[in-house]
Amino acid sequence: MSALDTAAAVRAGERSAVDILDEHLARIARRDGEIHAFNLVTEGLARSQAESVDAAVAEGRDPGPLAGVPVAVKDNTCTRGIPTTCSSRILEGWLPPYDATVIERLGSAGAIIIGKTNLDEFAMGSSTENSAFGPSRNPHDVTKVPGGSSGGSAAAVAAGFAPLAIGSDTGGSVRQPASLCGVVGVKPTYGVVSRYGLVAFASSLDQIGPFATSIADAAVLLEVIGGHDPRDSTSIPEPAPSLLDVLGRGVDGMRVGVITELAGGPGGVEGIAPDVVARTRQAVAALEAAGARVSEISVPSAILGLSAYYLIAPAEASSNLSRYDGVRYGLRVDAPTTGEMNIASRSAGFGDEVKRRIMLGTYALSAGYYDAFYGKALKVRTLIMRDFAAAYEQVDVLVSPTSPTTAFGFGDKTADPMAMYVNDVCTIPSNLSGHPAISIPFGVGDDGMPIGVQILGPAQSEPTIFTVATVLEDVAAKGGAQ
Amino acid sequence: MSDRITRDEVVHVARLARLELGPDEIDAFTEQLARVLEHAADIESLDVDDVPPTSHPLPLVNVFRTDEVRASIDRREVLAQAPWAESDMFRVPPVLGEEP
Repeated sequence: MSALDTAAAVRAGERSAVDILDEHLARIARRDGEIHAFNLVTEGLARSQAESVDAAVAEGRDPGPLAGVPVAVKDNTCTRGIPTTCSSRILEGWLPPYDATVIERLGSAGAIIIGKTNLDEFAMGSSTENSAFGPSRNPHDVTKVPGGSSGGSAAAVAAGFAPLAIGSDTGGSVRQPASLCGVVGVKPTYGVVSRYGLVAFASSLDQIGPFATSIADAAVLLEVIGGHDPRDSTSIPEPAPSLLDVLGRGVDGMRVGVITELAGGPGGVEGIAPDVVARTRQAVAALEAAGARVSEISVPSAILGLSAYYLIAPAEASSNLSRYDGVRYGLRVDAPTTGEMNIASRSAGFGDEVKRRIMLGTYALSAGYYDAFYGKALKVRTLIMRDFAAAYEQVDVLVSPTSPTTAFGFGDKTADPMAMYVNDVCTIPSNLSGHPAISIPFGVGDDGMPIGVQILGPAQSEPTIFTVATVLEDVAAKGGAQ
Repeated sequence: MSDRITRDEVVHVARLARLELGPDEIDAFTEQLARVLEHAADIESLDVDDVPPTSHPLPLVNVFRTDEVRASIDRREVLAQAPWAESDMFRVPPVLGEEP
């Protein structure tokens, strides 16, 4: 049952929020031992929220657009008095003293927070294999990764543990796992969703986004969590985009560009699998058949995004993660002096990938290397923004694959960090530019695993990319992605 | 083995980042960081002297709010999360006399 149908049934008094919660808890009890989507199932909180929703309906009050809808929340989102670990030993046992803005907004909309989902430690990774609490597994094939870093959220939605989930996307961490798990994932425009209460990874790139099984469900979730928040100074001072009303507009006359460099074109990114390129081309053909005007668009600097990102994101992370020093919260390993205590706590609390990124960022920012690496990366970011601006003079939206491949096996890419990082090559450019992008399931690969197609648009073009995605969703539903 | 980053540089960077690495970790990080920096050679060699840097996707301006008294998070609740608190303060081991 979709989130919208569930909310409608609860608002109409046809279904009880408590019953819906119990159904989802039963599914989690049956299968999450195998999937490990959740670090924590918040049954107590969920039950009290569900009872409040049922009481509101009984009293004739409207609980809101997500009445009784269970939502799984990535475990880097602060929940007051409820563990928020970032899947790191350094935050094990920490109880945030406040709720993130998205948690407040979900509560006000009648949603039920059903649990905190697993992630790569501090959202650094593309497979959830970097979680200190063990990886999540792909519900379509448990020998494969669910993607990452929001792999637990993607797996929760794909397994039917919750119709909706919240993730965060710094370099593709919502879209890539959505692609690998066969669900919808959105990275909104930077600043559309408040980051207040999202544990910071790379502040100029981080953005919270929805997971859902349909475009309409993703739309209602983004309408609920989006919009200005004075507690986040990077929040765009406008209301959330209005999406549900525009989903059915169609693409007749719309200008659609295929990103040559990410779709098997000459001089493009290597390693994008032929079955993934084929599905992307098939999606573009479907849009053309639906009335869109299609062209090939070159975004030459997109190919530089990977290098720029893996200097900028670690640089920002090395600064953000300096707060974990064993003084105010989290793990402390005792030592004779404060300096030694800082080092002992950080060395024991952080996992390998987090240490690697802190090291990389510290190096890129250090004397003698700042100009050559970090400074250069910031200039490449300008080139990427210029290339996108030029592209959006010619087309309304761009299309590319979301992930270079379908879901891969555990351990396949853990030995060499670059092999893992390249998973983000199609998603990173939108984080560097701050633009929105959506991944929608479009058929399966040669291995039978889901493939996601990515629709990108200029800043605050969420209504447009959701409209395009809806057309592709209809095509896939009618068997047009086989 | 690449010479993009040396073992000594890795040890130095770890000190800056307040991380203690074992000998095996130093070896692994030296090789892995070199691989990433090898990849970054594509932008290191780029001629972008005339390109201004972008540090942020939005044209941000400083945001002010009115100077009014508001409720803040309860101090006891915050201190309850500290590994060691005493007399409404965070407690740490000795600081003075350390090497900087």
